Amino acid sequence: MRMMLTRKMKLPAAKQYVADKLGITMEQMHDSTFMLEYRRDNGLGVIMPYADDIYGMEAKCRIAKKLDIKINSVDRFKANAQI
Amino acid sequence: MDKYKTRMGDGSICYQTAQEIREDIESGVAYAAKKAKIEPLTKEEQDRIFEIITAPGYITSVDVEKLVVSTTDCGAAPFCREGAIPVKRSVEALIHERAFCSDSYDLGFTEYTYKAIKPIVRYEAQEMRNAQQQNVMPILYGAMPNMGFYTQPDGMFENWSELIPAGEIDRARAAQEGAMENCIKDILAVADEMAAAGADGINLDTCGASGDTDFLASLRATEEISQKYPNMGIMFGAAGEFVLGMHGKLTYDGKRIAGMWPHQQGEVVQKAGAAIYGPAMNTNCNESFAWNISRVTTWVKKTTETIDIPVHVNCGMGVGGICMTEMLPVDVVCRADMCLIEIGKIDGL
Repeated sequence: MRMMLTRKMKLPAAKQYVADKLGITMEQMHDSTFMLEYRRDNGLGVIMPYADDIYGMEAKCRIAKKLDIKINSVDRFKANAQI
Repeated sequence: MDKYKTRMGDGSICYQTAQEIREDIESGVAYAAKKAKIEPLTKEEQDRIFEIITAPGYITSVDVEKLVVSTTDCGAAPFCREGAIPVKRSVEALIHERAFCSDSYDLGFTEYTYKAIKPIVRYEAQEMRNAQQQNVMPILYGAMPNMGFYTQPDGMFENWSELIPAGEIDRARAAQEGAMENCIKDILAVADEMAAAGADGINLDTCGASGDTDFLASLRATEEISQKYPNMGIMFGAAGEFVLGMHGKLTYDGKRIAGMWPHQQGEVVQKAGAAIYGPAMNTNCNESFAWNISRVTTWVKKTTETIDIPVHVNCGMGVGGICMTEMLPVDVVCRADMCLIEIGKIDGL
């Protein structure tokens, strides 16, 4: 979804881009069991977060870096927090 | 003779023979091809629609590798507005992310119109900022250009819907052109605040609802926002399968806007700089689901072949082959989605 909004990529290209950036296969990317663990291990946000999980703005900072994209709210947060 | 349980465009159950379903598929495809002057679906594609419609089981699905992403144009308010559940919209967005596993969401005001939002945009931006702090998925801000809101007595311009029947064509055109300039300013004012609040995108919803001037206002707003905020994608949703010619003389990129069909709309939407195009094709309540989804799939296939930006088809009450009923029948929704993904080659819904 972020690749569509920021790079206007169609779905097949967007999926491949994300898989390549994450270093996973397309089959893994479509597997909810694998992706829950992958996202938790890499701090990319999970739908059932524990207190020590990374989610919200913290996860978006990592996503922007991992996918090499600009995320407006991340840029705003970093600028305002002076980090 | 065996009959299949399916539905009419109004959602009511009906029973059709295989022959009747095939005839409706052929008729829907022919209608779409003739109206938009495009190629019909192939025999194999029509056969696949028949297989999908008549597939056993209540729910059908594409292979997991073909799953698409979803966007919304509901103002993130199905809970608090439609469900009367007392939750804030930013909380609702979180529920959609962490409970429903949504891919994205659009925040919006109950009065889903840029003109109505402009006076309260500072407070809408607060809601966007709160959502952006908590959500991981992209959050867009959505509303409609709704150019009809600029006419008297609520607005300052004469009502072109009254002037046209009276034969006052020049005055009707002048009123629309004036309203368009104000509409663009309102959209841009909201977009500026949302960009500052960290929005991931702007959803221009139901563009062209007031005709070709409304559509042009949306294209020009798209141009300006996409140039000013290249990291804030524009999702441009249409109002219908063809643009109404309430003005009739307007062009964009040298092409007349009135009468544009989905693939032609998509071309100018892409040219304007939008990130996502959402074609909207209305459901005929008097025809079967087979007829409606075949017609829609024909237009959508041509659209995805024509343009290079992602296509998210408006699929819901009364659009995208879905029945005109508030409680959407899942048997129809999943079959419509399958047709649009497998044959229409869409990128999202």
